[in-house]
Amino acid sequence: MRIALFITCLGDTLFPEAGRATVTVLERLGHEVAFPEEQTCCGQMHANSGYPTEALGLVRRFLEVFGEGGFDAVVAPSGSCTAMVRHGYARLAAEAGDTELARRVDAVSGRVFELSEFLVGQLGVVDVGAYFAHRVVYHPSCHALRMLHVADAPLRLLRAVRGIELVELDEAESCCGFGGTFAVKNPDVSAAMLSDKVRAVRDTGAEVCTALDSSCLMQIDGGLRRMRAGVRTMHLSEILASVQT
Amino acid sequence: MTAGAADELGGGFPEAARAALRNAQLRRNLRFATHTIRDKRARAVAELEDWEELREAGRQIKQRAIRHLDRHLLALEKAVTRAGGEVHWAADAAAANRIVGDLIDATGSREVVKVKSITTDEIGLNDALARRGIAALETDLAELINQLAGDSASHILVPAIHRNRAEIRELFETRLPGCERLDDSPAALAEAARKYLRERFLSARVAVSGANFAVAETGTICVVESEGNGRMCTTLPQALITVMGIEKVLPRLADLEVMLQLLPRSSTAERMNPYTSLWTGVREGDGPQQFHLVLLDAGRTNVLADQAGREALHCIRCSACLNVCPVYERTGGHAYGSVYPGPIGAILTPQLHGLERGRSLPWASSLCGACYEVCPVKIDIPSVLVHLRSEIVRRGSRDHGERLSMRAVAAAFGRPGRYRLAQRAGGWAGRVVARHPRLAQLAPGPLRAWSAARELPVPPEQTFRDWWRGR
Repeated sequence: MRIALFITCLGDTLFPEAGRATVTVLERLGHEVAFPEEQTCCGQMHANSGYPTEALGLVRRFLEVFGEGGFDAVVAPSGSCTAMVRHGYARLAAEAGDTELARRVDAVSGRVFELSEFLVGQLGVVDVGAYFAHRVVYHPSCHALRMLHVADAPLRLLRAVRGIELVELDEAESCCGFGGTFAVKNPDVSAAMLSDKVRAVRDTGAEVCTALDSSCLMQIDGGLRRMRAGVRTMHLSEILASVQT
Repeated sequence: MTAGAADELGGGFPEAARAALRNAQLRRNLRFATHTIRDKRARAVAELEDWEELREAGRQIKQRAIRHLDRHLLALEKAVTRAGGEVHWAADAAAANRIVGDLIDATGSREVVKVKSITTDEIGLNDALARRGIAALETDLAELINQLAGDSASHILVPAIHRNRAEIRELFETRLPGCERLDDSPAALAEAARKYLRERFLSARVAVSGANFAVAETGTICVVESEGNGRMCTTLPQALITVMGIEKVLPRLADLEVMLQLLPRSSTAERMNPYTSLWTGVREGDGPQQFHLVLLDAGRTNVLADQAGREALHCIRCSACLNVCPVYERTGGHAYGSVYPGPIGAILTPQLHGLERGRSLPWASSLCGACYEVCPVKIDIPSVLVHLRSEIVRRGSRDHGERLSMRAVAAAFGRPGRYRLAQRAGGWAGRVVARHPRLAQLAPGPLRAWSAARELPVPPEQTFRDWWRGR
């Protein structure tokens, strides 16, 4: 398969290791990965903050970049950005009353996948040949869970990792409190949500907390470091890319 | 609580939330209560194999009802009138309060008993009646608790959710006659309230209720409740006045079949609620001999005009969204400054009262989507929140810094060359702050807000695209 990587602005700028690991996993499975360099951001921050006009510019860019190039699929190491493309784009086009844009959204958005749903749902792969001998806890990020309905795809991938000890997170499906600009617009509520999340993570005794979204992990990692919990955060792709050395 | 309570307080939701978060007892009470109801609801819903189909049916019924609201309301008026009731139209809160006050005056009574009704809280009916010298007694246990405490509701279904049993016992001991010594078992507290209320029911000549549903086809009003106080109010007095938001109308009696399955499981996690009262007009020698239905607009037709926002009118007030909301769970209802708190309140309040009031509410959500997942009529609350955010920004955001930076980022992200420049500048700045953490305290608002409770991420030396090029 010829797969275009949608790295996301956050992944490109702050968490490149998740993108590198995504490339590693897809190539290991025998697929060709392309990185269209004209890509920037899906526009979620603008759309969700009340700036749909600004978001629409980025929507059009995304559709131009990924609508061409003859890719079989577009894969992103993010449930939230994937959900934006799959659900948010159609809504933005409809609210703008732009039927031509809506048609283009329709043509592209069905081929955009979050990594774990792509591996399990599209490729039918559960065992990606990973080895990771650590105690790991998985935080299901909200948009992957409730907008993409990835269900247990990430857990099935994790369970197939050799050497891993997977532990359960209490109140796993509670939001970590990131929510984009929510974290800075309602910092106290966000911090209260975060403190419950990092306590639950710490209580598992895990060495590593993983998720499908670098954004949630940025929030959780920020909290874990502040409390000096000694728990690392890693994107799911990084665990899947790990092998026995 | 008056209609004006939705006024944006100084710092809006973030400020009110900060104050609420400092109250450790409140957080414990809320956490315990919301988790209990949340888990019970999940079990009650899991019993039904066709829950998703029921939700879809509920969504469609409400959509149909709202789409042809004008027709259904006229049909309702006709049916109620035919059955011996009288219908009154109120354009706003003041009109509704005046109508109810006049109706009570006409009976000569100076006291009314009330069934729990958020709509009458919305219009500030109790205060308006008090100004006319009419005492309104709340008969729902939790509403009674709030009334005795001079407090307002903090939850749609469980108005005194912010209080625990010990607090309620203290309140009863000081405020209820003959309750000097109580223990704080639920049975003892309920018994104290029952004794107090029973006498009032028997002597009341006028009752005021809200409505969960009204059936246009038959003119039937429906109130569901758990305690039986509603049944007392709707059967014992001589006159019954029901105040109902116009969005509560359902086209057909058969629609109740769906709604009465969705509502109790979503709200109290019961298969069926203990008391479902249905009445149609008046019947000689049986129940109230006078029935008045006050149909309230108070902003609802404005909501109807907004295609993306009108979904909010589908709400059946089950409060499931409050119980699963991670924000509500931590702040409680008062921080929302409205009789409609939680996720549904965050989309209802600004729409009902105009976007100027409660303008910070659409941001009182991390958009986690838990509310949408449990809503029995599938209101896409996160999408409406996002829509309202854009409406508020469009009409003039007060946050000029945000507006500037949003535009700057959009401009930078519009071209890969500029995007890379911005990336490099941001990366460099981020690494400087990482080496000198105190800088974050001097940085602009968002950075400071972030680092108050968490560490900032350290930007890597190499972005992904730089790595890809060097591959």
